[in-house]
This record gives sequence, C-alpha cells and structure tokens, in this order.
Amino acid sequence: MSVITGDAQAKAGGAKPSGLRRRYSLLTRRDKVVLAAMVFVPTLIQLVLIWIPTIISVLLSFVRWNGLAFSDIRPAGLANYTFILQDYPPFWPALQHNVLWLVFLAVIATPLGLLLAILLDQNIRGSRIYQSIFFAPVMLSLVLIGVIWQLFYSQNNGLLNFLLGTSGTPQAVDWFGNPDVNIWAALIAATWRHAGYVMILYLAGLKGVDASLREAASLDGANAVQTFFRIIFPVMRPINIVIVVITIIESLRAFDIVYIINRGTNGLELISALVIQNLVGEGQVIGVGSALAAILLVVSLVPIVIYLSRTFKKDA
Amino acid sequence: MSTTTTRAAAPAGATTPRRGKPGSLARPRYGIHLFLIIMSVLWLIPLGWAMFTALRPKADTDKFGYFSFGGAFNFDNFATAWTQGGFASLLTNSLIIVVPSVIFTLLFASMMAFAVSRFSWKFNVTLLIMFTAGNLLPPQVLAAPLFQMFKNFELPYSVSGSGSLLNTYFAVIAVDTAFQIGFCTFVLSNYMKALPHDITEAAFVDGAGVWRQYWAIIMPLTRPALAALGTLEVIWIYNDFFWPLLFIQSGNLLPVTTGLNNLQGQFLSNYNLMAAGAIITVIPTLIIYLALQRQFVAGLTLGASKG
Repeated sequence: MSVITGDAQAKAGGAKPSGLRRRYSLLTRRDKVVLAAMVFVPTLIQLVLIWIPTIISVLLSFVRWNGLAFSDIRPAGLANYTFILQDYPPFWPALQHNVLWLVFLAVIATPLGLLLAILLDQNIRGSRIYQSIFFAPVMLSLVLIGVIWQLFYSQNNGLLNFLLGTSGTPQAVDWFGNPDVNIWAALIAATWRHAGYVMILYLAGLKGVDASLREAASLDGANAVQTFFRIIFPVMRPINIVIVVITIIESLRAFDIVYIINRGTNGLELISALVIQNLVGEGQVIGVGSALAAILLVVSLVPIVIYLSRTFKKDA
Repeated sequence: MSTTTTRAAAPAGATTPRRGKPGSLARPRYGIHLFLIIMSVLWLIPLGWAMFTALRPKADTDKFGYFSFGGAFNFDNFATAWTQGGFASLLTNSLIIVVPSVIFTLLFASMMAFAVSRFSWKFNVTLLIMFTAGNLLPPQVLAAPLFQMFKNFELPYSVSGSGSLLNTYFAVIAVDTAFQIGFCTFVLSNYMKALPHDITEAAFVDGAGVWRQYWAIIMPLTRPALAALGTLEVIWIYNDFFWPLLFIQSGNLLPVTTGLNNLQGQFLSNYNLMAAGAIITVIPTLIIYLALQRQFVAGLTLGASKG
C-alpha cells in the first residue's frame, strides 16, 4: 500500500471536486496504521482462503497425489489433462451438460424472468402478490429445491406422473432417475429459481428507466414492443450485463441440485460435480480433480474478466 | 404486452391523461392476468405439493394414494420429522454458522469498502477487483487446497475433535466469510462512494481519526445497505450446502441445509416425512423473507444496479 495523493471522489466520481481535497499524505501516522489494518485483515483473508488456494489448485493439477502424505506427491506434467480429455468418460457429457445448462438458462429461464418483470411493471392489479409468488423460490436453497422437486417428480408417488396418468404403470417416468430426461427435469427445477431472480433484478431496472423516455416513444407513435426493444432494453444495459454474468456464473456453479439428486452421475454429470467426485470417495485422485477444477476456473474467468473490465473501466 | 397506451403513464398516480386509442382505455388486461395466474399456479405447485404431502399421515397416503384427499390432515409428520431428523440440533448448528459469518462478513467488508472508497491509494481499485472476482469463482475450484490446508492445520484436541480445522465450525465460518466479503465489499464501496465527501472532510478538520470517521460517521450512514446485505447474507449462508459438505464429516455438526442430504437417506421411502423436513427447513427463510422482503430484494438489486 504505497502512498499516493489524490482524492477517491475526484477519481471515481469525477463529477464534483470538493474544495478540500483529501490527501492520504495528510493523515497522521496513527491514522495510516489504522487504515492499513482495515485493508490488511480483509485482504489477508481473501488471499489465504481464496486466491492462494486457487493457485494451489492449478499447481495440483500437474501432480499425481492420493491426498494423504505430502511426500507422495509426484510430478505428472499434463498427464491429468490428457487423461481427462481421452480416458475419462464422464468429462465430455459433463461439459455438454454445463453448456446445456447455460443455454437453457439463457434461452428459457432468463427471458421468462424478463417477461414476468415486464408484465409486472405495468401497474397491474395484484402485482405485489405475483412478485412474491415468483420470487419465493429465490430464497430457497438449491438443495431444498432438489428435495421439493423430487417429491413432485417421484416415479410412483409424485404429482407429475399422477397428472400424466402414468403413475403406477410401467410407462411412469422416473424424472430424476432416468438418464435421458433427468437433466431436463433438473433444469426445470433450476429455472423455477432463476426466473424469479432475473425478474426481481429487471423489475428494479425497469423502475429506474426514466418515464419520460416512454412518454416520448409513445408520442412518436412507437408501440409497446418497439418501445421496449428499441428504447427500454438498451437503456437497461448495466442490468443486462449483470444478468448475462449471473446466468453464465450460475450455470458454471450449478452443483447443489445435481449433487442432492444423485451426486452428479448417471445423466447429471457437471464439471463441478466431477471435481468433487475425484476429491472425495475411494479414489482421491487429487490431480485429476484439480485439473477439472483448473478447467472450470479458466472457463469461469472469461465471464468474470469481461464483467470486471466493464464494471471497473471507469475507475481504472 | 397488448396494451400500448396504459403503460405509458408510469408513476403510480398515473395522473397524466392516457393517450392513444380511446378503446384501449377501458380494456382490462385479461390476457396478462390469465397468463400471470397460470404462471403463479405453476410456480406454487411444487411447494403446495410438498405441503400437501407433509400434512397427510403416511398410513393414509398408503391407503388412498398420494394423489387423493382421503384420510386425515395434521401436523404429525412435522413432529416426527423434528425429533427423528434432529432438527433442533440441525437448526442450532445453522445458527452457530450463520451469525458469526454474517457479522464478520459485514465487518471486514465495510472496513475494506471504507478504505477503498473514501481514500485513494495505489492499489485500491486493483484490490477491489480482486475482491469482486473472488466472489464469482465456483467454490469447487478451491475445494482440494482448502480441504488440505484445514486438514494439516493442527489444533489441540480440546478445541477440535479431529485435531485439525476439519470438522469444525471455524473452517465453515472462515470460508463462508471469505467468500462473501468480496460481494459485500463491492456493494458497500459503491454505496460509500456515493456518500458526500464533505461529511468526512468536516470531521477530518475537526480532528476525527480514520477509525472515528469509519465507525461514527460512515457506518451509521451505510445502515440501509448493511441491513439489506445482512438479510441477504443470512439467507445465502443459511442456504449454503457446499462448504459444510466439504469440511464437516460428523452428522451431528451439520447445519440444516447440508443435513437435509442425510435425511433423504434416512427418510428414504417416507415422502411424507421428507416433505415435512423440507418445509421445516423453509420456515426460517420464510420468516426472514416475509419480515424483511424489502431488505432482501434491496440487497439483491444493490449489487446489480451499480454494475
């Protein structure tokens, strides 16, 4: 933390220069110590518990290790990666499922949330009640969502098969168990939560849109659809970026729901679940698990970097 | 979205005369309501079904089938699930994890946010970027190194039954805190940046030190954001499944969200008990949600709107 003069406000806000500029160098020695401690403690926590483990994770992807004694660690070069790409059957299905997860959230869940937000933004009667209903799943954990939908999807006792009239017959589908359909069943359960999340963010975004823009558009004879796509949607760009990032990150982080269903096997493979399968259990192939984690990390860094560079561009 | 004209008058009062076709003025929005009602019903079905199943004794569902209205409706499953599942201890464990995690998160995040937003120094933006990025990583990326670090961090057996940080609440609280600090620092620094600079300048001129500016001036003004984030974090950490799954092996130490995983095996064929267990797990979040819905929503949107 080296000493730099200047003013946070002037640098970040830019708009209103204050008369008396804060100079770091004006601070007393005691104040500097206090300030340094306020920065040091949280930064140390971040380094020790987030960033150093992230680096170690990448390093571990180049070794062979059973996770027991440190003396057993053997260098492995790229062997873990070639193993994953060539000889590890669940990897490619898992990658496909992660992509499917992203596409489904992006094409179904996110637009559904946006649609709900647009409809509820129109001073509709009972808007608050509708909002509470759609938003309710957002406060549930994904584990709980898995359990609740398990009751709904259950082969012989679930509501869905009763409604389809197949319950108790050989045609009854085991929605979470059948590897041909369970990813879709899980995606619908995930949509249940994601759409409400997107809805609430867009509702906040829509409330922030200047009403005069709509007035002007309607005076110019634009219809609702034109007004929305040509004016409102572009104005909400900051929110759109956040939603895109949230959607990507959520699809990379998807874990809890498949883990509670069947630990991410048999049709529900996801990279995140494969990482854990390799770290716990009998095998304890730390190298392979870490290589999967490193792949997940690299993929995740793409949206993270895009988001951060957009968010902090004005500050830097 | 068939109604062009009515939506134009945005603010709640809608005092401006509506423009456009006169016919549309009286047209009620049946289509929108129909759609929203159908969606609401679809949305409530999974929760409603869980509740319905939970309220019926197993014997009656076995006799009449799950999809039937025959037999009794009562809270017996809740009582059974509560004792058999050990919910008293599961919920206590959740409380032990959630309360310190949220307090530490808000404390450290507000200190960091104060330092990066109210003062300018060489790496303040760099550090803020690092904090924000850390929050966005998939937790599984850190799983192996954190597990090894905690396994090899030796503690006296009087403190930890495992002789290390594994299987202790310290591990879960520390990682939950570290993971949430990033998001909270980001939100709070945006909030603090928007507070006028003159207030701390005046205090500075009056001789108030950095700590006093933080604790006595900035923190009280940040209270709305702290309340919103606090509510959000309580629900998020309560809902966290992964860290306790990774660090805690003893079933009797698990918090409720992770413990639910074990109950699934325990209540295997008894869907009624499982449903009751699920509903019990929802209740704390439901109470917070109903009491502090505004805060919760504000917490979510605070993070997004400043992006």
